[in-house]
Amino acid sequence: MQILNHSQMLQEYFGIVKKPDQLIIALAGNLNVGKSTLFNSLTGLRQHTGNWPGKTVDNAQGSFSYRDKNFLMIDLPGTYSILAHTAEEEVARDFICFGHPDVTVIVLDATSLERNLNLALQVMEITSRLVICVNLIDEAKKKKISIDFITLEKELGVPVVATAARQGIGLNSLKESIYQVAIGSRELNPTQIKYSMEVENAVLKLLPQIEKFRFDKLFNPRWVALRLLDGDEKFIRNITLHLNSQSRWAVTREAEIAL
Amino acid sequence: MITYDKSIPLSQIAVGCTCRIVGLELDGILRRRIQDLGIIPGTAVECIRRGPSGDPTAYTIRGTTVALRKEDASLIHVHLI
Amino acid sequence: MITYGSKKQLEELKKEAEKIRLSKGNIIGDTIVSDIFNNAEKLAHKVVRQGSYSVNWTTKTDNILTSKILGYPIMLLLLSTVFWITITGANMPSEIIATVLFGFQDVLTRWFIMIDAPNWLHGVLVLGLYRALAWVVSVMLPPMAIFFPLFTLLEDLGYLPRVAFNLDHLFRKANACGKQSLTMCMGFGCNAAGVVSCRIIDSPREKLIAILTNNFVPCNGRFPTLIAIGTIFGAGAVSQGYQSLAIAGIITILILLGVGTTFLVSWVLSRTILRGETSSMVLELPPYRRPKIGSVIYRSIIDRTIFVLRRAILVAAPAGAITWMLGNIFIVDLSLIGHVAHFLHPIAHSIGLDGFILMAFILGLPANEIILPILIMSYISSGHMLEFDNLVDLRNLLVDNGWTWLTAVNTMLFSLLHWPCATSLLTILKETGSKKWTIMAFIIPTTIAFTLCFIVTQIAHFLFI
Ligand SMILES: Nc1nc2c(ncn2[C@@H]2O[C@H](COP(=O)(O)OP(=O)(O)OP(=O)(O)O)[C@@H](O)[C@H]2O)c(=O)[nH]1
Ligand SMILES: [Mg+2]
Repeated sequence: MQILNHSQMLQEYFGIVKKPDQLIIALAGNLNVGKSTLFNSLTGLRQHTGNWPGKTVDNAQGSFSYRDKNFLMIDLPGTYSILAHTAEEEVARDFICFGHPDVTVIVLDATSLERNLNLALQVMEITSRLVICVNLIDEAKKKKISIDFITLEKELGVPVVATAARQGIGLNSLKESIYQVAIGSRELNPTQIKYSMEVENAVLKLLPQIEKFRFDKLFNPRWVALRLLDGDEKFIRNITLHLNSQSRWAVTREAEIAL
Repeated sequence: MITYDKSIPLSQIAVGCTCRIVGLELDGILRRRIQDLGIIPGTAVECIRRGPSGDPTAYTIRGTTVALRKEDASLIHVHLI
Repeated sequence: MITYGSKKQLEELKKEAEKIRLSKGNIIGDTIVSDIFNNAEKLAHKVVRQGSYSVNWTTKTDNILTSKILGYPIMLLLLSTVFWITITGANMPSEIIATVLFGFQDVLTRWFIMIDAPNWLHGVLVLGLYRALAWVVSVMLPPMAIFFPLFTLLEDLGYLPRVAFNLDHLFRKANACGKQSLTMCMGFGCNAAGVVSCRIIDSPREKLIAILTNNFVPCNGRFPTLIAIGTIFGAGAVSQGYQSLAIAGIITILILLGVGTTFLVSWVLSRTILRGETSSMVLELPPYRRPKIGSVIYRSIIDRTIFVLRRAILVAAPAGAITWMLGNIFIVDLSLIGHVAHFLHPIAHSIGLDGFILMAFILGLPANEIILPILIMSYISSGHMLEFDNLVDLRNLLVDNGWTWLTAVNTMLFSLLHWPCATSLLTILKETGSKKWTIMAFIIPTTIAFTLCFIVTQIAHFLFI
């Protein structure tokens, strides 16, 4: 009942026009990890790519089908974090938070997994409909980095796929995982960040108040608490904005039905 | 004012040396930017090269290379290791 | 109706959070960030094994490409080599395309005669529309289809962040951001794209500086014009074997001039209307990655070809038709174009151009690609010459219309420095959301172009004439 008109909201806030049968896939990740390259190989489009951080600064969208489903994929600008501070980080963050994609694919750079996991963990606090795509495995191999994907998947609790986007390696398993998460045939159990005591205590103090707002279907209340504690002004403003607009749609929709 | 015992600014680390971050004196947007890259207390940082004119300086942090200007690096406090 | 609590409740919630935050000495945000990273670190340690590997190519390459001694010379060498390859390589294909396209013009003409089409129709469609198209394609396409693959190779290799790394200290002196060099690189493709890419700069002030100066990098529409004029007037000066080297030199100097202007204008802006301290800069240097050379070259040739052809069809062709009409509507004894050129002549003359050139720049506001075709067609319709279909004929046409090396220099300078095209201006309006800055983006380069050309002309007149 919360989001009464998903397509309308997508169009108004993110300029995304989706067909009724399309599932929305967001492609997020650190800068320069090969998101646009992946996007191109999945959609057959030709987004610009380049070996420097910041090549993509705007949303791009493209579609593909797999099995019986149609997908609309959104290539987001790269972000180091979704505690965002710059305009294009905000684009990405707002889309993941407020765009309610059916699946979010987080692309990680296999050669610097530690920093990339930082973003993955943050996104996992917001949504559980995730696929983790560890890209650039060919580069990692060259650097003699080996990754234990089975353990990684177990630890993260969401599907993990290894790819080399430029060589087209792993794309099919990626599509399969996206498909499974999208139709809900995969059990998802994203691991949650363990914070230190003082943070956990502060969250507990705030939670009862937040729960009063009935955010729960829209946002993870725990996560809202963390943002509030973080003092992220811009984000708090955006939450207010989106909540208002989404309840506005709710009203419009009720009026429509009444007529 | 926080004092960082026996710490030195990151900008004074010589090329080739590794150090550990003890505190950030930066604020505002740069503080978050820097934190997002994993530059937080406890992180090991290696100074790898300076630009052709001596500034900015490139550091290896968590397996990635990040260049910082002298003014910014001087607000990051480190211990040599 | 669904409500999510009143504004007041939300305010209260915010206050409560604020209270907790401050009670912890305002470090809770830092703790959150550290905690997340600690989780990531633990996880990474569990799953990642780093084998030993001996050669770190990125380090080795950076030791050379960003070294104290070699860093700048290599940058310059790469730049001029790319220009040299572009110029040398574009010559032949340009000739071939021109021969084919202008050959087809004759066929078209014959068809028009066959069906007894009226003269004006042949004029508008063949002499105007088709010929502008043919000019744009033969002059613009070959150099761009060579330059961009080379540039993309460097981009895919990971060289651009190194340029930013090497040049940052200059931008710092101008109180601007080192990432501005990345936005300038994007400007080569199209200034509108360059302006959009300025989003990678965090500080609003520095972003604005980058937006206002992006135009000093010649885009796809101006770059080939510079090459064409450089070729026509630079080549005669040296002996055959060194011609393309000389032209590459000229183009390199022009680009450096554009870069220099960028620094200067950034510096001045930082001390006048965009006063402010340098803010911080964080630049990631990704590892070099070997580009897939074959597919990069293939793809970017196709990309550029489509880009140039699209521009040729969408803007150059209509502009050609319109120019032809303006050149053939006579009032008293002068065509409309003639009248305008006549009117502009005094001011154009003072900056070393002529009325036609200045008019072509003004009419070229929609897209820089059309400046050269408009100029050519204006000269033709003013009646000096009718048949020509290659660069030698173009040279003759220009010389017949009074061009000297001084005209050439000033035209190149003006092209490099003058106002941004309409698309860029609209993009600036969209990105800055401000009419004031859009107007500034027009005024600043225009003033600089007029001033510099005026000075060059007056000095030349003083010294030589
Ligand atoms: N070797 C290798 N290179 C890759 C792979 N995937 C992408 N690349 C290269 O990595 C570079 C960056 O790719 P992009 O797709 O532009 O990265 P992005 O994540 O969209 O980057 P931003 O838009 O800047 O955030 C390009 O030069 C790609 O050719 C891969 O699997 N293997
Ligand atoms: Mg991208």
